[in-house]
Amino acid sequence: MTISYTRDKVWWKEPLERTELIWVVIALIWCLIMFFMMPYWHIYGQQNLSNEAYRAKPEDFAKKAEEMIEKYKVREEGPENLKVPVVRPPAGSDVYLIARLWSWTPILELQAGQSYRIHLMSMDWLHGFSLQPENINIQVHPGYDHVLTVTPTNPGTYSIICNEYCGVNHHTMASRLYVVK
Amino acid sequence: MAVNRMFRTDPATGLVFHEPAEKLMRWNAVAAVVSLLVGGLLAIGVVLTRWQAVHLLPPDLFYQVLTAHGLNMLVFWIIFFEIAVLYFAASTLLKCRLAAPKMAWLGFWLMVLGALVNNYSVLRGDSSVMFTSYAPMGAHPTFYLGLILFAVGALIACFVFFGTLVVARAERTYRNSVPLVTFGAITAAIIAVFTIAAGAIILIPTFLWSVGLVEYIDSLMYRTIWWAFGHSSQQINVSAHVAVWYAIAAIVFGAKPMSEKVSRTAFLLYILFLQLASAHHLLADPGLTSNWKIFNTSYAMYLAVLASMVHGLTVPGAIEVAQRKKGYTQGLFEWLRKAPWGNPVFSAMFISLIGFGFLGGISGVMMGTEQLNLIIHNTIYVPGHFHATVVVGTTLAFMGLTYFLIPVLFRRELAFPTLAKYQPYVFGLGMSGAALFLMGAGTLGVPRRHWDIGFAGNAFAYEFPGAAWLMMALAGITGLIAIVGGAMYLLITVWSVFLGKRIVTPGFQLVRARDGMAPRAPAAGPVIAGHGSAGMVAPGTFVLALVFLTAFILYYFVNWKYLSTVWPLR
Repeated sequence: MTISYTRDKVWWKEPLERTELIWVVIALIWCLIMFFMMPYWHIYGQQNLSNEAYRAKPEDFAKKAEEMIEKYKVREEGPENLKVPVVRPPAGSDVYLIARLWSWTPILELQAGQSYRIHLMSMDWLHGFSLQPENINIQVHPGYDHVLTVTPTNPGTYSIICNEYCGVNHHTMASRLYVVK
Repeated sequence: MAVNRMFRTDPATGLVFHEPAEKLMRWNAVAAVVSLLVGGLLAIGVVLTRWQAVHLLPPDLFYQVLTAHGLNMLVFWIIFFEIAVLYFAASTLLKCRLAAPKMAWLGFWLMVLGALVNNYSVLRGDSSVMFTSYAPMGAHPTFYLGLILFAVGALIACFVFFGTLVVARAERTYRNSVPLVTFGAITAAIIAVFTIAAGAIILIPTFLWSVGLVEYIDSLMYRTIWWAFGHSSQQINVSAHVAVWYAIAAIVFGAKPMSEKVSRTAFLLYILFLQLASAHHLLADPGLTSNWKIFNTSYAMYLAVLASMVHGLTVPGAIEVAQRKKGYTQGLFEWLRKAPWGNPVFSAMFISLIGFGFLGGISGVMMGTEQLNLIIHNTIYVPGHFHATVVVGTTLAFMGLTYFLIPVLFRRELAFPTLAKYQPYVFGLGMSGAALFLMGAGTLGVPRRHWDIGFAGNAFAYEFPGAAWLMMALAGITGLIAIVGGAMYLLITVWSVFLGKRIVTPGFQLVRARDGMAPRAPAAGPVIAGHGSAGMVAPGTFVLALVFLTAFILYYFVNWKYLSTVWPLR
């Protein structure tokens, strides 16, 4: 039966058939194009995930976030017993966003066209930073302070939802992000 | 110690079965189908909850059901079946006695025990941690213990497989090189060994952490090593189902590979490079550099992509050559039009090939591209992708092989042949639809593993676009169609194996093969040449491959275009 068949010849000495040879060459070229596309985008593209990250203790990170909130808080939002501060940090500054079971603190109000250094970190388990409707998705770890330099483009109300499963109330972990003119 | 050297020859196919190996193949296949049944029942809960209009289960139960669904399907169903395939590829194809059947039984029972213990932990309700069980979210110790026991059992099975290769070599049961299907199975088994090693490196400390003996598990370390286990185990599937494609091409058409060199080199590329692709799960993580990410996921991974693109050509190419030899030489596609589309062994394999390539393969490369991952990571695009690879690809290929194995291995006639004829279409098209709609919803940002994308009662609710809701509803409907297809498969196989009409061969008996050897393989036929047109032996397949490449290139750059519109970040 052909399923258990091997040729008499030593297989690595067989000549290549034309269909296969042409296809292997084409496929290899395409693979190389895909490979070079990534370094290319690092040089000429605008959307690259930051390599800047630091090991940090959750309590130190939370302290920095609290200081920032105190300094730049403009108002509070949300239901009576779960008020979340809204901060408006100056352009170019360091902005801290805390992920914890099951909330994001604070709500950021950013200026369109300005860059901010957003620090992301979890206080407990893994979380997923998912900015909608932009659809930017980043893993958030406990113990790693991840610094992203972000430039919001259009004014509007955006949402941050958690897209890394983090327990039974995972689906309630949602927040806002405002971009103003 | 007496060695059982009793063999039987299947009258219809001429395949040779060693008595203990045959029994092991059957039991592993049965355990696989039982896992598929459990996972399939759980799938109903998953599908009907994520279809927001139905929203069947409460959140805690949904996450529990989703965890158990992932484990039973992705781990238990597939690996039990793969062990059966390994024994088939070593013992039956090499006409060799299985090495150490008692060890093989130990492995089997450890796997059964592991699967039961793991399912018990999830059933308890305190281990709804998903298939990935990311620390520091912890499960009950039996969760990790079950997986470890299962992995040890699977490792034993791999070594029984390797042992059988050694025996076959020593007892000279085959000529020259091992057959290509066995070569593919060896690839799968080698990948399995280092996959299980990675699993041990991460699951054993995590188990110790869950019982309080280890203080801290770093989340990034966990994800890095866990994926060397979690993704690599999917590469076992790829190697195994590609081997099954070649097997079915040989079974149905008598097809021989166009050139052994190309096909085998492609398998070798899997061993060398597939492993590194596990890094593409970490593209959106902090603490790893772009250089590391690019090298691992692209440079090396694309050599593995190349290998899949090669198999994608050589499998249908081999079929085309065999068909043209039979006289189906008109035009580019007569060989394909006149293929036995009513034979579920073939139709399952061909839908598996197309679905794996067009849906699973292309989407996998998108997710594995460093920057493109930003707009895909952890969205429901990801389950869309892997339902195309592991379900349409691996599961459907295994279903096709089952229809061949029922008469050959279980010596029963296939029950409900008409149902079997349609089963691959119902399952394959339903699941392809579900995969496609999940990817569509993921492109619109819908998260995976999420109970309520309506955020009912949440002050900061996000309103997904109507198209996303529509996609999720369509995924629900097509998902149900796939479940119906799965139920058809289960009905056919279970009925055939337990209640089907026995195939009785007059004068049947087990034959004591001399020195464990079956009769020598006959000398091979001449190398095929001179068929086809335009100087190609498989021009139709080549055209199909170019269609695939065009779709691939277009979709790739559409994604870059989409990425270029999101907020600049660096």
